[in-house]
Amino acid sequence: MPVDFMGRIFYILDRYGASFIRGAAVTMVIALVGTLIGCVIGFLVGIVQTIPVEKQDGPVKRIVLWIVKLILNIYVEIFRGTPMMAQAMFIYFGSMAMFGINMSMWFAAFFIVSINTGAYMAETVRGGILSIDPGQTEGAKAIGMTHIQTMVNVILPQALRNIMPQIGNNLIINIKDTCVLAIIGTVELFYTTNGVAGALYTYFEAFSIAMVMYFVLTFTCSRILRYFEKRMDGPDSYDLTTTDTLAHTSGLYRYPDRKEEEQ
Amino acid sequence: MTERVLEVHHLSKTFGKNVVLRDVDFRVDTGDVTCIIGASGSGKSTLLRCINMLETPTTGAVTFHELDITSRDVNVSQYRSQVGMVFQNFNLFSNMTVLENCMVGQMKVLKKSRAEARKNAMQYLEKVGMAPYINAKPRQISGGQKQRVAIARALAMEPEVLLFDEPTSALDPQMVGEVLAVMRTLAKEGLTMIIVTHEMAFARDVSNHVVFMANGVIEEEGRPEDIFGAPQKALTKEFLSRFMQG
Repeated sequence: MPVDFMGRIFYILDRYGASFIRGAAVTMVIALVGTLIGCVIGFLVGIVQTIPVEKQDGPVKRIVLWIVKLILNIYVEIFRGTPMMAQAMFIYFGSMAMFGINMSMWFAAFFIVSINTGAYMAETVRGGILSIDPGQTEGAKAIGMTHIQTMVNVILPQALRNIMPQIGNNLIINIKDTCVLAIIGTVELFYTTNGVAGALYTYFEAFSIAMVMYFVLTFTCSRILRYFEKRMDGPDSYDLTTTDTLAHTSGLYRYPDRKEEEQ
Repeated sequence: MTERVLEVHHLSKTFGKNVVLRDVDFRVDTGDVTCIIGASGSGKSTLLRCINMLETPTTGAVTFHELDITSRDVNVSQYRSQVGMVFQNFNLFSNMTVLENCMVGQMKVLKKSRAEARKNAMQYLEKVGMAPYINAKPRQISGGQKQRVAIARALAMEPEVLLFDEPTSALDPQMVGEVLAVMRTLAKEGLTMIIVTHEMAFARDVSNHVVFMANGVIEEEGRPEDIFGAPQKALTKEFLSRFMQG
């Protein structure tokens, strides 16, 4: 083993480079899938929580809605209010002890990260929906859209744009926080690093590599998401259109639907 | 030949202890252009919002072709697709272009095909002079242009009645002109409209029925020449004298 710092780094990379890559891949897969499923859960919960109760609704609908909202509130509060590491232990070992379910490492990891992200995203989505000007809802209702049509076509696309920074935040938090899953034996980047460090007794060097790898992962993700945000905003300018083909000068646009032209 | 389209029967609306509308009663026939005038806070906008069920009336009824739309079994969305509304703050969908704003209702509510919706939308956008701007987003156009798009969006649904809630109150004088010009054209073409407005000259020239509201009740109503020429009630006189001077 080399005696200088950089030498040891290269030595570790040479011997365990593949393990590090595999660990980083596991981390990314868990973070990405967990964030994705978490977002879906968050959207569903957030949408249900913002269903308005209207005067003409019957008592059955009111009671059902009240119960569903209560259950979802309990879910959000419990998973937001307890550490993910404790949840991991509780769910992984609890499912075994209580129901005899032997969760696979992958399933446990996805489950815990998703359900956690879902709890945070639910509040984010709720905030995103509430942040949209009520005029948008009224405009949609006034042309005869139902609540669902209004949500799908008008409110959610705008809410999604507004909460994109928060989704990015959650993804980055998940990339970092998957390391708590090491406690239930998920072989991700932290677990791998710990193993390598222990095997060679090179804690500083191994974790230097892990730090760089974590940072590269999170930084890349945040830049990619920023790019998507820009794309969602669309172009800053627009083209004028004209029916008069003789007046087809710069800055003017021809009539037909661009989507139809592509077909 | 005219036919009764809309009737408001003894409508009242309270917000908590606050009585906004008290026993309001009036009717609209096909082709009528009804202007509702009155001071701010007199309940004009609330009345219009009750007609479109954006607010639920506390008591009373609103009937559309004899059908009481305040009843619980009426499909409100279906009713609203036949009664358009134009808002003071435009309420264009900011995630869509001008053209999409005018197409989405036709496609989702009326279930028209994309091509058909587009053709229809273009026709109305041309009518309000906004056809060149179909690719713009609402944030990129001026207030007057937004309001004209909002009118085209409402027209594209081919409503029987169009409600206007102070359509020019958020606009500067030049933009007011362009929006009123569009509304004048619509009135000439015989579209049934109910307009809440502070534009007295417009109300006098374009409407055939004027409703003056004060403190949540209809103080006086009638033909524009009567209301503006020879108002009967003291409140009407006072309100109009202030407006006509300014």
